[in-house]
Amino acid sequence: MTTAVIPAPAKKDDSKDKRRGRAGWLIETIVVLLCVAWTIPTLSLVITSFRPPELADNSGWWTWFANPLQLTLDNYQGVLDNASNPMGTAFVNSLAIAVPSTIIPILIAAFAAYAFTFMEFRGRDVLFIIVVGLLVVPNQVALVPLSVLFEQWGLQGQFVTAWLAHAGFGMPLAVYILRNYMATLPKAVTESAKIDGASHFQIFWRLIVPMSWPALASFAIFQFLWVWNDLLVALIFIGPGENQPMTIALASLLGTRGVGWQLLTAGACLTMLVPLIVFLSLQRFFIRGLTAGAVKG
Amino acid sequence: MIEKAGGALLAVIIGLAGAVVLFWLLDRLVHLLPGKWEERLKPYAYLLPAVAAIGLFLIYPAVTTVYASFLNDDSTEWVGVKNYVGLFGSEPFLSALVNNVLWIVFVPASIVALGMLVAVLADKMHPTGEKIAKSFIFLPMAISMVGASTIWRFIYAYRPEGEAQVGVLNAIVMAFGGEPQAWLQIEDFRFNTALLMIVYIWTQVGYAMVLLSAAIKAVPEDTIEAGRIDGAGEVAIFFRIIVPQAWPTVITVFITVLIGVMKVFDIVFAMTNGNFNTDVIGNAFFNALFFEMSQGRAAAIVVVLMVAVIPIMVYQVRQFRKQEANS
Repeated sequence: MTTAVIPAPAKKDDSKDKRRGRAGWLIETIVVLLCVAWTIPTLSLVITSFRPPELADNSGWWTWFANPLQLTLDNYQGVLDNASNPMGTAFVNSLAIAVPSTIIPILIAAFAAYAFTFMEFRGRDVLFIIVVGLLVVPNQVALVPLSVLFEQWGLQGQFVTAWLAHAGFGMPLAVYILRNYMATLPKAVTESAKIDGASHFQIFWRLIVPMSWPALASFAIFQFLWVWNDLLVALIFIGPGENQPMTIALASLLGTRGVGWQLLTAGACLTMLVPLIVFLSLQRFFIRGLTAGAVKG
Repeated sequence: MIEKAGGALLAVIIGLAGAVVLFWLLDRLVHLLPGKWEERLKPYAYLLPAVAAIGLFLIYPAVTTVYASFLNDDSTEWVGVKNYVGLFGSEPFLSALVNNVLWIVFVPASIVALGMLVAVLADKMHPTGEKIAKSFIFLPMAISMVGASTIWRFIYAYRPEGEAQVGVLNAIVMAFGGEPQAWLQIEDFRFNTALLMIVYIWTQVGYAMVLLSAAIKAVPEDTIEAGRIDGAGEVAIFFRIIVPQAWPTVITVFITVLIGVMKVFDIVFAMTNGNFNTDVIGNAFFNALFFEMSQGRAAAIVVVLMVAVIPIMVYQVRQFRKQEANS
């Protein structure tokens, strides 16, 4: 997991709109060219995944434009129930890994963030500084001892290893994002609730959780995308086999000789499907998460 | 399949319900204590599960890893600094270190520079155009590194001369009269490592762009106007007025990307598996663990990585303290 301490998010400045829309044709051309260059790689993948196998693997994807009706879904059929690395199973596995890994740490982190924000106690600053320091610690430090531990518990290869590991690895980031967000909430609200006789437990559930949902959503999207796209943790704790997520399945296809490009591209498109949907529909939260605190990688 | 989906659903329910019950129990338990103690201990009760998770999944393993780096392959015998001597005496590992240094030198700077370029240019466009352009650049961020590796292996794909090329790079080279190349095998000047870096850059420029764009927009218009009145050109305004004010964000983006680059693994694993002199320590760690079957060596590699990260950690904590002091 990776995070840098990010300066306070930029404030909107309406006076900026004056200088907008003043781009000349030169700047517009450069931006369009950059966008085209950034998109062609993905576009070529998508096109190839729909081309008939013998064409996809023996002619450039750009030749498709000459015959745009030569399309097929066979490649998707082919990877979904591929004999050695069925993407259909891997898709279910990825969901089964990513959803619990996203949801389990949230509540635990929210309580910790509440304590860091609204309670006074000895060692608070030191503890939080440890959390900040841990944001940059590479996951690799934990992998060997944890796999030994999971081996002893007889859990190696099962989903629960990934759930626990991702919950642990994501915890500092979750606490950090949530605490930073809660610190911006008005203190007066909790103070008056306390005067009215509400306990911390009630304040947390009735006031803080409902008010913190943008931060909760940001973290959830982050963690989900990160776990879905993760290869290393999955390789170490789950490994290739019947429980493998899509990233391992795709990496195995890539490493197998003689797998045609029509299958590799279709497989890659399938792995991208869910993150792109999540990303496009929840972009607002994702970007807010980025500017508010962090990125993992 | 239904079993797996059911298992995951059950885990979500148990995870959530378990956490609710756990916190409720902790809360009740502390409530039983006399008033003063309740107030004193409640924060720790709320922190306990998170601290336990961090301790068990990060701190305990980190300490064990340092210890394991002085043990043999299956962590049963003390071998002193043998693993470290072995690493720094091995040609492939030193080559991987060189590659890591190259990644560190070129990738974060390129990502920040390109992100800044897109942010500045898009900022001058019509708001709708800006939004669309930024989405295009940002999109690769949602793609996994393995997915990105597939995409770029397709671009770099090589077929011997005479066969139809499927990779766009070789097609371009041949259109200009050149010969097709097996790009990822070109070790001269570590050219193939540069090709792997492009994949990483492609996925991360969007991240830099988003943060830098927000920083640029936060630069007060009157400072730019003042520069213009003093006769500064667009270039001077950018370097003398915009960049200095956006500098804290530039550093942040740089550091975040830097940490990611230091432990880069997926791209190298999926594209070359470290062959043709492209190895990096992230991939060397994986190979030490799974192919050399040596926990000691793998742990020593991680310790090297940890030591490299420590200065960034110190900077990070300092930065945080400064920020807290200001707020």
